[in-house]
Amino acid sequence: MSKKLLEVNNLKINFKTYAGIVQAVRGVSFELYEGETLAIVGESGSGKSVTSNAIMKLIPEPPGIYADGQILFEGRDLIPLKEKEMSKIRGNDISMIFQDPMTALNPTMRVGKQITEVILKHKKVTSTEAKARALKLLELVGIPMPEKRFRQYPHEFSGGMRQRVVIAIALAADPKLLIADEPTTALDVTIQAQILELMKDIQKKSNTSIVFITHDLGVVANVADRVAVMYAGQIVEYGTVNDIFYNPKHPYTWGLLGSMPDLKNNVKEALRTIPGSPPDLTNPPKGDAFAPRNEYAMAIDYEVEPPMFQVSETHFAKTWLLHPDAPKVDVPEAISRRIEGYLKEARS
Amino acid sequence: MANKLLEVKNLKQYFGPANNPIKAVDGISFEIYEGETLGLVGESGCGKSTTGRSIIRLYDITDGEILFKGKNVLDTKSRKEMKEFNREMQMIFQDPYASLNPRMTAGEIISEGFNIHGLYKNKQERQARVAELLEAVGLNREHANRYAHEFSGGQRQRIGIARALSLDPSFIIADEPISALDVSIQAQVVNLLKQLQKERNLTYLFIAHDLSMVKYISDRIAVMYRGKIVELGEANEIYHHPIHPYTKSLLSAVPLPDPMTERMRERIPYTHEEPGETATIHEVKPGHLVFGTQQQINKWK
Repeated sequence: MSKKLLEVNNLKINFKTYAGIVQAVRGVSFELYEGETLAIVGESGSGKSVTSNAIMKLIPEPPGIYADGQILFEGRDLIPLKEKEMSKIRGNDISMIFQDPMTALNPTMRVGKQITEVILKHKKVTSTEAKARALKLLELVGIPMPEKRFRQYPHEFSGGMRQRVVIAIALAADPKLLIADEPTTALDVTIQAQILELMKDIQKKSNTSIVFITHDLGVVANVADRVAVMYAGQIVEYGTVNDIFYNPKHPYTWGLLGSMPDLKNNVKEALRTIPGSPPDLTNPPKGDAFAPRNEYAMAIDYEVEPPMFQVSETHFAKTWLLHPDAPKVDVPEAISRRIEGYLKEARS
Repeated sequence: MANKLLEVKNLKQYFGPANNPIKAVDGISFEIYEGETLGLVGESGCGKSTTGRSIIRLYDITDGEILFKGKNVLDTKSRKEMKEFNREMQMIFQDPYASLNPRMTAGEIISEGFNIHGLYKNKQERQARVAELLEAVGLNREHANRYAHEFSGGQRQRIGIARALSLDPSFIIADEPISALDVSIQAQVVNLLKQLQKERNLTYLFIAHDLSMVKYISDRIAVMYRGKIVELGEANEIYHHPIHPYTKSLLSAVPLPDPMTERMRERIPYTHEEPGETATIHEVKPGHLVFGTQQQINKWK
């Protein structure tokens, strides 16, 4: 087994607002090994971006509060670190790719300078060496004519090309951990496919670990080794990509899968939706936060928060349905049929 | 076969200087039949939104004809005729945050069309109609007095749909109506659109870049690329037997929620091919149209 790079234990993050304290992340734990990709999936407000920003220590304090937990990067807890120490790690050991390539770059600075800036800050090199490395990076991320592009401004690049520049900046100091927060959401599908290929390619070459935040299950299936499904500030299901897609156990995961049309098996029936909307996290509901939207909710769901039940060595889910005393509930038929279709095709 | 509701003939929409225009829509033709959903897909900048906006006359078109129920919509000159046309054709917009006036209540937003068209002058009648519309889109009558900011994204989009339905149109242009919404909310809105279509015999032009939802909701799909429709046909036919290399490339890039397929996915890159002077629309199979020269089409097949 490869080395553990990152371990997040019981992370809790609150935000002070006029309306009260928002509990954005409510006890998240996961780990990440070298060279693997963990996808964090969830809808807006589920706490996935707050979790990833927390790893970079990008939560503004105030209004943010690191209420509890640890973020162990190579065994060292990042939460108590001072800003000065953190800035040595940020961009160097851990770097981030942002969602919107239109706003992540400085419009008044040449693209080349934005890359060499990072190299010069973190590596002991001369500016000529930094430039050579920047050109190499531009080439690595698939930007043609790097010499010419080096001297251009961001507005001279298309959306996909800008995202490549953002990736080049993120890779500038050879990070061990790359956090990608919805890196392809703002892009067209064909460009998205190119960027995903590029990220996987880079990972293979440099054994980088990636935390990939997204709401698109298709993208998750494409990039992830393991998946954490988040709902209302908690991880509700956690497992390998096959566990989550072929053997989902949490009703919320069922809902997410059912919300996507089943194209392969060409089913035209109505999509299975999750009724209602996510809870208000200033006052999270007692018990299981998903209970009010869960058609399988039991009395206990409204009283006691479920623990993480272990399904297999790699697979966990936070639902009372997995308790030995719970009535046996199977995956909804529409979803099991779909999974069977996928598996049958894979066998043939 | 159902009746033709809308017929677009050689529509051109150019922007910018006349000697060097940007050809946003460059001579497209298609038909939409009563009760069907035509999906219009393509990447940003291909002209799909412009097409929708030209049809509903948000722009003055450069060239071409738009026939609605057999009548040329550009001929309707009198105010009365214009109003008639406007009642028949409505639009749902992409951004549920920007497309609702923040200073109006949901009830005012939905009933604004009634003032313009002089309908439901009686206050009680009007309230009843607003309540009926709110309920039709899965909200409740108490919501009429709330302002847009009090609603979630999905609920706002429902208000946008209620507004589009308020004048009992027969044709709705939905311009990326779900792309700003979360996955589970997307499914709710798509189900709602399908249900309303069945109940009210609506015809949709569904514009989107998300091929998987378009495939699910549409009867037929038109693929747009650089201002032209390069392929048009039945949704299943386009999805399973695409001919134009651009369509193939687009389809090969759509990720599916199936990890084993994804591990084997091979993207088909598309290199731009000039369509050539003689390129025209070829019917390769009944109802399946491809744009190109005879030579190109033989090669692609």
